[in-house]
Order: sequence, then structure tokens, then C-alpha cells
Amino acid sequence: MAIDSKVVAQVAHLARLKVDQADSDALSSRLNDILAMVDQLQQADVADVAPMAHPLDVTQPLRDDEVSEPNIRDKALEIAPAAEDGCFLVPRVIE
Amino acid sequence: MSWEVVIGLEIHVQLNTTSKLFSGSKLSTGAEPNTQASLVDLGMPGTLPVVNKEAVRKAALFGLAINADICRHSVFERKNYFYPDLPKGYQTTQLDKPIVGAGVVEVQLESGEKKVVRIHHAHLEEDAGKSLHEDFHGMTGIDLNRAGTPLIEVVTEPDMSNAEEAVAFAKKLHAIVTSIGICDGDMSQGNMRFDVNVSIRKPGEPLGTRTETKNLNSFRFMERAIKLEVERQIDVLEDGGEIVQETRLYNGDTHTARSMRSKEDANDYRYFPCPDLLPVEITDADLDALKAAMPELPDARKARFIADYQLSEYDADLLSGDLATAAFFEGATKAGGDAKLAANWVMGELAAKLNAEEKAIGESPVSAEQLGQLIARLKDGTISSKIAKQVFEACWAGEGDPDVVIEAKGLKQMSDSGELEKIVDDIIANNAPQVEDYRNSDDDKRKKKIGFFVGQAMKATQGKANPQQLNQLLKQKLDQ
Repeated sequence: MAIDSKVVAQVAHLARLKVDQADSDALSSRLNDILAMVDQLQQADVADVAPMAHPLDVTQPLRDDEVSEPNIRDKALEIAPAAEDGCFLVPRVIE
Repeated sequence: MSWEVVIGLEIHVQLNTTSKLFSGSKLSTGAEPNTQASLVDLGMPGTLPVVNKEAVRKAALFGLAINADICRHSVFERKNYFYPDLPKGYQTTQLDKPIVGAGVVEVQLESGEKKVVRIHHAHLEEDAGKSLHEDFHGMTGIDLNRAGTPLIEVVTEPDMSNAEEAVAFAKKLHAIVTSIGICDGDMSQGNMRFDVNVSIRKPGEPLGTRTETKNLNSFRFMERAIKLEVERQIDVLEDGGEIVQETRLYNGDTHTARSMRSKEDANDYRYFPCPDLLPVEITDADLDALKAAMPELPDARKARFIADYQLSEYDADLLSGDLATAAFFEGATKAGGDAKLAANWVMGELAAKLNAEEKAIGESPVSAEQLGQLIARLKDGTISSKIAKQVFEACWAGEGDPDVVIEAKGLKQMSDSGELEKIVDDIIANNAPQVEDYRNSDDDKRKKKIGFFVGQAMKATQGKANPQQLNQLLKQKLDQ
């Protein structure tokens, strides 16, 4: 798949990044380079290799189901741009 | 030719752990906003999630309960999207390797017919926080207490073909998750939330385009939302239109639904394995321990109720589905010594009263032991069934155990036949015209006319006369 400026705009939108036209052209070309490398990787024969979710050959340590976290609301709200009645405030979101 | 309806469900089941899925924050409803949100839940940089063992255990237990394969190395993924109640910018969930693989749930329909609904898979994931759109003068308030709450999302195959089947399945799933103790099952608190996928087609044709109606939090809303959507799709297609694949929101108060997201804005979640979390391993030993600890499942309990208590299939079904109801019934049976009476009272008087006051059975002011005591007094003839209702009301109002109420109010059935006989004699002596009329009637009419004397006697004894004894006595005296 070739990346053009339309795809760059779409990906930038999903990541909430602002990308101007000059950057977009440069990004298209670099992203295409990356995809070319992926295409090369695709040629490797992995028929006998199990898919890997993580490079470490260990499994997830689990935690006992206990409450260990204190209430940090005041500190958290203090660094928020806006807060009221114990809630963080954000620009109105309408579904 | 009529339309064929195809329904699949996605159900979010909230696991009843003490702490969150990836942090040691407390999980409880009704807390002040943001008082149960740790640095992990707030999505602060530099924090790392640690998986809650109990959430994994409960998810796997569910898998065993529906005869599913348990994934031995399940993988958490990041589902990326931006919304203010999702502070990390992604939801940690599972995709390719969910903890619970394909399984089955057998559902009994009202017709008595059995239906198998296949489960595609069930995965572990975290809930988001809450957005509050009211009371913030044009802004939106964010409460992250719910963020990080462990959920399993159960995804069915599109195996249901009408709203009734979908509801029957949903109730069965509710019975399973509450029976195995992984979910509190309180729908009003959002413990279970349903997304319904609906499409229609002509028989034999390929599947139609489906829509998804999200976040239905009661069986009734689910049923109504499905019916509404089916009607809408039929209207659109029969008017020559096309169904658009979309997400819809149902409003239970107005019984209307509207489109939520347009296609142009369709989400591209860019899933990838979460680099912060390793595969979660479940060993043979884990599975053995889970199997050994598996509580009684609804189907087994129903069979036991039929075998042990001689309940009808219908009664057994109603009483075994919900764990709290089943426990209440068994408690009352044990204390009262009569399963049929206990069944009638739990499904009758108690259910009506709970319904009227919108209480869950766990909140019943009358305990199972108290109902059992009431049943025991009915059985040994201390009180009549009419008085029993009065005693039940008093217990409900908090006036004490049935024995206390019966004693305090002097409700004991009259067992002294001499005393009753005197009352009957007085009634016969004081109602000469009615006695005359009775004696001049044939047998059929007498059966009706005796009601007058029964009423008088009950009035005189304030309902404490034993009805059988009274009837016998009246007949004996009037018929002579």
C-alpha cells in the first residue's frame, strides 16, 4: 500500500496531530520507506513460527486483588486545567 | 414473504473484584467523583499496569462455565481512540487472543423449546470513566472512578432470531455470571450492559447490513429496542431504501432510537499488543483449581430443584435462574419444611411486594428464615393462609418474626372446637331467615349459601377460625 498525503492526513487526524503540507510530503515518503521494509519482512518464511505478542519469554506476574491506592483526588485536580465539584472539566462533548 | 431477523449480542459484564483490573484502586459504586482513581487510572506517564489475579480467575471461570476453551496465553491489546473519559488514549482490551474462546449457552424458551446460542469468545478489558454532561454550565465533567473497572465482553454468534430469544439468552447469561459469583448482576448499576446487532433478510438470502444499538441496561429495554429496530429496518427496505451500517442509541424513556456515529467518522482503532503487559498464562493447575471451585450452575440447580423439591419445570426455572432467589427459596424451604409452599410464597406474595417497592430480593425486609417460620405456622395449622398474608405484611413492616407477630396480635387460629362451636351456634340462632333459606335449597345452592355463614364466623373470630374445621362444623349443624 502506498501512503499519499490523504493517508497521512487521516493518520494524523486519528492521532490528533497537526501536520502541514510540507511536512506531509516528507512524512509520506518516510512512511513509504517504512512500509517497504515491512514488505521485505513479510517475505520471511514464518510458517513454523508461533506469533509473538512480546519479545520477552516470560508471562505476566499477577497482583492480589487488594486495594493499595489511596485517594489522590485533590492533587490530581490541582494540576488539571479546569475542575469543579470533584470532576475534571473538559470542553463539552456531545455524542 | 416475511423477513427473517438475525441478532447477535455483545455483553459487558462487570466483574465484582475488590480492586481494578490494572491498579489497586478501590472498586465501589457511589463514591465521590475521582476519589477512586490512581495514577494508573488517570493515565499518568511513567505508570505501569499490573494485572489483577482475581479478574483473570473470574474470566477463566466464566469460560469453564460455558464449556469454552481457555486461552493459555491470552494477550492484552491497545484499542486507540480519543475520548475525555479514557485518559490513556487507549482502552486496554483483548483481540486476537482473548482469555475465553468459543463456547455455548443453552437457553430454554417460553415455549419449552431449547435453543443453543454459540459464544464467539469473551475477552477481558477495562471500563472507561464517566462523562457528565449536566450541571457543568456548558462543559463536561469527567469522573474516573469507573476507569479501569474489570469487564468481560461476551460476544455471541448471530444465533438469535427474535427479541424474545435475545432476552431469554440475556437472562440465562445473567443467571450464569451471578451463579458463579463473578458479577453482582445489578442491571440498574450497569453491572451488565448489552449491545445488540440486528439485521434482517429474506429467508435463504445472505446476511443483511446490521446496525448496533449500544448500552442497553435492562432486559425490557433490550426487547423493546430490538423490536423497534426490526420495524425500522423493515420500513426502510420495504420503502426501497438501504440499511446503513451504524451505531444507534436507544432512549428507553421515549422509546426512540437515533444514529450515533456516521460512517465517515468510523473509528479506526489501530489495535496492537500492549507493550506494557506480558501474555497472561493459565496453567493446568490453575484450570484444575477453577474446575474444583466451580459453583453450581443454573441448569444443574434447576435439575436439582425438580428432583429434590418436586417442583414443576416452570417453577424450577423461575426459582433457579437468579442465585439470590434460589438461595432465598432454599432458605425458606429449609426453615419452613415445605418446598411447594416456599415456592408459591417466593414467586407470589414476596415477588409482588418486591416488585411494588422496586426492591431486589437481597433487600427483602422479610428474610428467608422468617418466611420459613411463617410457612411452618401455616403448615402446622397455627394460622390460616389469610392470616398468613397479614403476618407477612407485619414482618415486611419490621414488626418482628412471624411467631412474635402472631403472638403479639393474637392471630393464632382457633383450635378449640368448643369455642368455635359456640360461635357457630350463635350465628345459626341469630340468622334464622338465612338458615331457613339454606335448608330449603338443594345441594348445589347450599354450597354457595354456606359462604354467608363462613363470612359471619370469620368476622366473629377475626379470621382466626380454621377454615376446614369451620366448614365441617357449619355443614354438620346446618344440614341436620
